[in-house]
Amino acid sequence: MPEPMKHSAPEASSFAGALKSTWPILVALGALALVPTISAAIDNPFLIRLFTRAVIFAIVAVALNFVLGFGAMVSMMHAAFFGIGAYVVAILAFHDFDGAPLWIFPGTSNLAVAIPLAVLVAAFGALLTGVVSLRTSGAYFIMITLAFNQMLFYFFVALQKYGGDDGLQILADLNFAGLNISKRVTFYYVALGVLAASLIFFGRLVNSRFGVILRATAQNERRVVALGISPLRYKLAAFVISGAVTGLAGALWATGQQFVSPSDVSWVRSADYVVMAVLGGMARTWGPVFGAVVIVLLEALLPSATQFWQLPFGIIVILIVVYLQGGLADLFGRARPSSGGGR
Amino acid sequence: MSFSLFIEQLLNGVQFGVMLFLISAGLTLVFGIMNLINLAHGALYMSGAFIAAAMIKYTGNFFVAVVVAVVATAGIGAVMERLILRRFYARDHLDQVLVTFGLILVFNDLVRLVWGVVPVQLRLPGPFSGSVQLMAEVQYPAFRLVILAVGLLVALGLYFVVVHTRIGMWIRAGASNRPMASALGVDVGLIFSLVFAAGAALAGLAGLMAGAISSVQVGMGEPVLILALVVTVIGGIGSIRGAFLAALIIGIVDTFGRVLLPPALGSMVIFMLMAAILAWRPKGLFPVNA
Repeated sequence: MPEPMKHSAPEASSFAGALKSTWPILVALGALALVPTISAAIDNPFLIRLFTRAVIFAIVAVALNFVLGFGAMVSMMHAAFFGIGAYVVAILAFHDFDGAPLWIFPGTSNLAVAIPLAVLVAAFGALLTGVVSLRTSGAYFIMITLAFNQMLFYFFVALQKYGGDDGLQILADLNFAGLNISKRVTFYYVALGVLAASLIFFGRLVNSRFGVILRATAQNERRVVALGISPLRYKLAAFVISGAVTGLAGALWATGQQFVSPSDVSWVRSADYVVMAVLGGMARTWGPVFGAVVIVLLEALLPSATQFWQLPFGIIVILIVVYLQGGLADLFGRARPSSGGGR
Repeated sequence: MSFSLFIEQLLNGVQFGVMLFLISAGLTLVFGIMNLINLAHGALYMSGAFIAAAMIKYTGNFFVAVVVAVVATAGIGAVMERLILRRFYARDHLDQVLVTFGLILVFNDLVRLVWGVVPVQLRLPGPFSGSVQLMAEVQYPAFRLVILAVGLLVALGLYFVVVHTRIGMWIRAGASNRPMASALGVDVGLIFSLVFAAGAALAGLAGLMAGAISSVQVGMGEPVLILALVVTVIGGIGSIRGAFLAALIIGIVDTFGRVLLPPALGSMVIFMLMAAILAWRPKGLFPVNA
């Protein structure tokens, strides 16, 4: 991996300055932290399920936006990395429950082992697919990532042993080194904590030397080459990091749902993540969080209003593209243009 | 694998290949000339199948239904281009992906509204629904042979139009250098609309033929769309010749992969092939504007 981010972020000139540019997300995270309390107060456990989904998808959208908004790589295969992470947890748990080893390795229900493994395998998947797809750029990159997404979708469908089309139910009791984290409220806070950590991580990464080169590459690759830097290594590293964090979100998803299925790997899901990032606003690390929450709420509310909910949803997507160029985050004031946004 | 099975699978592969070519031809030209990624191309494929199924039920005449479906799909394509996609030629690929993704959702639900969620039957006329004795041990469905013939005829026709006519010359000029073609007096806007409508018609034709051998249902266009994207990428964006060759390769490799390899590998083999070809030639087999 290129230069680690030992240069501390130049933007954090003062605490007040940092607060000024990040208050919307601090408010949003604060509001998200209240969800279990509200859910308990109005006695509606559905609310916490819904927001668990939103928080996990927000992690994916934030990770995706690192390559999409700051690296100008329109990846249509993040559902695949998500699926890899989820399936690693589910398959390890399956073998633990079953007793039969996976090739030579025993299965495990211990998330302290399974989650790091899930992240590693997702990162490795991102490395393999990134090496091929990053040889190309622009539209080719979009099509190739879409094709790889479909490839992994078919792969999981073909895994008859692990449920194939129907998906895989996790029957073993998952735990984190003995701790039970699958209780609904506990798990929600774990997911929210991971979201907050990813925001800090990507926020620092974007402003590190590595992030600066990535953003410069997105704006003008030729100039970066002229400076004597090979952009491919940086783009690949960014792609792998983004895939790894997405795999982490997938592992959380499997833990929370106790179930994975190929529909989690569908290309439509990949497109949904892109919609979340664009709707939220790609110019800021935290923009996609808003996109994820809005889309998850829409997907939950529209079907109860009409059976044909994809129709209004599709129209909303079209309207967003036509009219809302900067995303929801722009409602809190325009982002500084230097962050590029990959456009 | 016995010889008769080999012949049968080979025919299946070529037939699937020419079908993929019909879908990819429009996609690759639209991309090559207008620089537009159209994910909603699969929605046109689906529309062709549904309109044909409805017309067969309504008129009882297969050939009338085919003509109506192809013309109607071309019309839908033209309207889509005029109303929405035209605004997106100059926008970046991300916006194009999003807007055409939105269109897919809209199309799927419109079809669901009109025809419901249950797959629709597309009834073939008598002579097409039987099978033909090709060799001593090879019985082959007649309609699959029809698809093969139609696909090859369309490919020949397209080749003639693109290589030997004035319009074809404009199309090639537009695909290899759009501003230059425009500066030389080619009405690029008109060419855009024509190509888009023709591509839509071909997708509709492919859709109704595919619908006749499997079933006509919502979302049928999406897996095919992704295969067509693979064909486009392998063939080289904007190249009809590349699309034809790549479609045949994909059709044959996919068919044999599913027969010969274990399922998990067989379903992935064409994507690995794509990766291998791209590692060797990042711009595809026949890059147009390299």
